Amino acid sequence: MEEHTGFKNTPLIEKHKDLGAKLAPFGGWLMPIQYSGIIEEHNWTRKSAGLFDICHMGEFEVEGDLDKINLGEFITVNLKAMPSGTCKYGFMLNEEGGIIDDLVVYRITGNKWMVVVNAATTDSNEKYLRSRLNSETSIKNVSGVLGKLDLQGPLSKKILDDITGVNINLEYYTFNYFKLLGENIIISRTGYTGELGYELYMPNEKVIQLWEKILSDSRVKPVGLGARDTLRLEMGYSLYGQDIDNTTSPLEVGLGSFIDWNKDFIGKEALLKQRELGLSRRIIYFSANSRRSPRHNYRINYKGSDIGIVTSGSFSPSLGVGIGMGYSKVGLEASEEIRLTEGAISIDAKVVKRPFYKNGSVKYKEMKNACAG
Amino acid sequence: MLVPDNLFFTKDHEWVKIEGGEAVIGITDFAQGSLGDITFIDLPKLGQALKQSSVYATVESVKAASDVYSPLSGEVIKVNNELSLHPEMVNKSPYELGWFAVVKITDLTEKNNLMDAKEYKEYAEKLSK
Repeated sequence: MEEHTGFKNTPLIEKHKDLGAKLAPFGGWLMPIQYSGIIEEHNWTRKSAGLFDICHMGEFEVEGDLDKINLGEFITVNLKAMPSGTCKYGFMLNEEGGIIDDLVVYRITGNKWMVVVNAATTDSNEKYLRSRLNSETSIKNVSGVLGKLDLQGPLSKKILDDITGVNINLEYYTFNYFKLLGENIIISRTGYTGELGYELYMPNEKVIQLWEKILSDSRVKPVGLGARDTLRLEMGYSLYGQDIDNTTSPLEVGLGSFIDWNKDFIGKEALLKQRELGLSRRIIYFSANSRRSPRHNYRINYKGSDIGIVTSGSFSPSLGVGIGMGYSKVGLEASEEIRLTEGAISIDAKVVKRPFYKNGSVKYKEMKNACAG
Repeated sequence: MLVPDNLFFTKDHEWVKIEGGEAVIGITDFAQGSLGDITFIDLPKLGQALKQSSVYATVESVKAASDVYSPLSGEVIKVNNELSLHPEMVNKSPYELGWFAVVKITDLTEKNNLMDAKEYKEYAEKLSK
């Protein structure tokens, strides 16, 4: 095995080694890529529940009077429109409308928020925000002390109910504090897999104990970043640093619906201009006619012309074909035929709508009254 | 890690079983383990001329596409078409059901460029450390 040095470790590194995980660097961290195998872990998450070590992701705590803090200037999320106990997906943009990071904001109380950002961008985000936030806004980088585990899959609710002893009754994109292992931990109904799922935030020193407790349930298996990637790609979710970065705008990637146009934020003018002038490229999703998988940086060809580039591609364990996404200079309708190429490799594919996988349990709704059916 | 005694190996983790003038070829247990779940194999065509150490197939796993090099020169006389439908057989049985092709050997002295089982085992074990 290759030697990996100079990377950060999550509290679970020894647990991953004990489980025989393949480890590889991701966003400056040494992370588990797979345990039993990507396809098996992927399928298990779709039918039961997978547990992910997501301690590498960054978290900031922001505090201050909502009328005085200026965090809202730097993110697309409308802080004023968020009730406590809710989360919202959004972006931090540069003046050109490029994505500095994609993030999820949690409103903890009337004057306290948690901002969850990508691992590789945590330090640069902190620097960026610290140099711009006003004196009324307090920011604390808690990434080093706060651990995060994701439990994802159709059985995740039942499992968490059993472990906590209470009904984890959360609507999509809401959260609450729950007592677990003598600690009040945040559990949010959020995720990156397309399945019913939860993200759990706890102090680092509780991570190992919680990991072992959840894994002791036979309905749960550990899942690495390999399957996390195939799960998110089957939903058409973007990965920062691969599908989106500071040169791509939320509109190009089809995420304009996550922008609150009723407020001001850095990058808004650039986005309005893009809307007015039209986009020079747009994300498309495609499905290969075979098991062959398109890969990052393959070219996209349409009727003999080069029209763009693949940003993510993989074999889809659920669909049994290659799938991918990428930027096209040409607007293409679903079912148009394209070709994905790299050197001698040429893969016939067609344009499809996302999500690729349509049977995810993410939109699960609890029956309020069993009799009402 | 499985390394059968009767085979010869390349440093790129391909194996060859020499039976008279013919050679069965495939990838090793080490290779399939490093690749992870194999999802597609671009196999050579019947009659295709292979050259030792040249690319003759592509193996795709969930994570990546990798080239496969021919351990010997020769002409492809048989292809394991089962792998088109069940590429995962290479993960399950790299030396038996997961063979790629049978080649009619053109130059048996090329065998001298290959490792025997003992040499390959040492080589692969060093890489696993």
